[in-house]
Amino acid sequence: MLLLEQLLNGLQYSALLFLLASGLTLIFGIMGVINLAHGAFYMVGAFSAAYTAVATGSFWLGGLAALAGSAFYGLVIETGIIRRLYNRDHLDQVLATLAVVFFTNELITLLFGRSPPAMPTPDWYNAFVEVLPGLMYPVSRLLFIAVGLLVALGMWLLINHTRLGMLIRAGADDHEMVGALGVNISRLYTLVFVFGCVLCGLAGFMAAPLLSVEIGMGEKVLITTFVVIVVGGVGSVRGALVGALLIGMVDSLGRAYVPPLLDQLLPAEVSGTLSAGLLSASAYIVMALVLLVRPRGLLPARA
Amino acid sequence: MSRRIIIDLACLATFALMPLLAALLDEPFLVSLFTRLAIYGMAAASLDLLIGYGALVSFGHAAFFGLGGYVVGIIAFHSSQMLPLWGWEGSNSALVVWPLALLCCALLGLVMGYLSLRTSGVQFIMITLAFSQMLYFILGSLSLYGGDDGILMNERNSLPGLDLNNANQFYYLCVALLVAWLLFCRRLVGSRFGFVLRGLKQSERRTISLGLKPLRYRLTTFVIAGLGAGLAGVLWANYALFVSPDMGAWQKSGELMAMVILGGVGTLLGPVLGAAVYLGLEQLLSLWTEHWLLIFGPLLLLVVLFGRQGVYGLLMARRKPRKPASKPAPVATAQEVHP
Repeated sequence: MLLLEQLLNGLQYSALLFLLASGLTLIFGIMGVINLAHGAFYMVGAFSAAYTAVATGSFWLGGLAALAGSAFYGLVIETGIIRRLYNRDHLDQVLATLAVVFFTNELITLLFGRSPPAMPTPDWYNAFVEVLPGLMYPVSRLLFIAVGLLVALGMWLLINHTRLGMLIRAGADDHEMVGALGVNISRLYTLVFVFGCVLCGLAGFMAAPLLSVEIGMGEKVLITTFVVIVVGGVGSVRGALVGALLIGMVDSLGRAYVPPLLDQLLPAEVSGTLSAGLLSASAYIVMALVLLVRPRGLLPARA
Repeated sequence: MSRRIIIDLACLATFALMPLLAALLDEPFLVSLFTRLAIYGMAAASLDLLIGYGALVSFGHAAFFGLGGYVVGIIAFHSSQMLPLWGWEGSNSALVVWPLALLCCALLGLVMGYLSLRTSGVQFIMITLAFSQMLYFILGSLSLYGGDDGILMNERNSLPGLDLNNANQFYYLCVALLVAWLLFCRRLVGSRFGFVLRGLKQSERRTISLGLKPLRYRLTTFVIAGLGAGLAGVLWANYALFVSPDMGAWQKSGELMAMVILGGVGTLLGPVLGAAVYLGLEQLLSLWTEHWLLIFGPLLLLVVLFGRQGVYGLLMARRKPRKPASKPAPVATAQEVHP
């Protein structure tokens, strides 16, 4: 019973990581931009959702605002800044997007303060359902998992069965050729970037009532997202899914089983510190292990 | 005299005369600012060794800064609390503590470098970032050493013949170490070793076909650069009398990268100037508003997008624009295959 609950928690965290990682790896795979500001759109989404929901009293309007806010900010940043970075080396991309992070954090602080008001949620959202006899699980978390699954399915359909998906795949392989075939590359890039930002906004909306919404929330999860991408294989959406599941599960199962295990093996004062350290570094330990075996990640985009 | 020597001497003179100037202006604060500058300059210059000469864009350089500081902090904690550390009662002597800190940094550099160098390009950036985050979280979970709050130290380490608690003496020690470090780095990049490193940056394939093993050279550079940042961390712990996990956080690595870019990649002295610009701007802008990053962010952005050579490049003027650091040009590889 505990195991199943932890698996569901793991799925929920995986869904969050997947929403962020799939967009980020799409942007990286196609445009070759390493975008540290990706977490900023997640934060913009969460703040927009919380403020709009409080102002209008509507949960769904909050969600709409999250998508619209992150899409709009993404459009501004892409056309204003990211566009100039496509042909630059990674160092420039890292620093320029870091500057965007600095700027966005301060801007949000100025506009909204350090943390937004608690987001109002409808009653059904706070309810519990019995997923198995004797196991009650919150609807909010189940919804998160469902959204993650839907997005994964949607991404698969989008990439493998639509014209846009074809262009995305082609653009990742050889964007000059795609451009030569008469596709407006600049517009494709903008589209993919904004799409990635909308996924962030969705993640922000889902996370706003559940996790702490604050300045810097994007960076915290962004680093883990990078780990997901590296574990899964840079540039591959399937890899992002696998990486998100792996990291999410390890994190949640580790939280449940590592501290009691260490408590049995070691004296209390040592085990407490050790398990805290192990847990917060678990994603990075998984990454180091994966890289020892497969330096390019589990499912790299190109062999 | 070449322009480079003039710049070198001007910087040296500024550093040397700063305490005098501070005394004349009655602004002891200047000495403190320039101590910070020397310390960050050392860390930034050592990162430049990786970025500018090895084309290894490490996003985890602050890990060494943090670890160096923490070794000093932890030993100080044990010696002041009379808590033996594995049976050793600790020491306050810089001659014992500092080499120990550097040893830890070298070990970290070996492990982190060996694993990270299995990859390249963007993966290298992310992996170094992840390793430094790993260290950051581990430091933050050390509840004995204050967890996220870090360790406060009672006094600076002792060094025979010097009183490190005297601001000016400590300042001159930092400057002397910075100068020594810069001279060492210059020798290093000008040596046969440095040429191999730069050869690897230009064309890995060609260097390998000369019979050289890239990993050895890159790993050695990674460890040496880690030692530089570690020493800077040691000095910082002594300067601030405080260490916290933030010393190793990813923002710190980003700051160091910004200093390298602001000053000029691949120039060693440039990153020191970059550190001066960064700390100076931070000082000025934060006097004006607490939201100084709101102005600093766009400024940094402008420099990255348009100021291609950094401060050092501007001073040297009419130098060739710097080449992309991490993306090997595909055309060049094609030429190597079919010369």
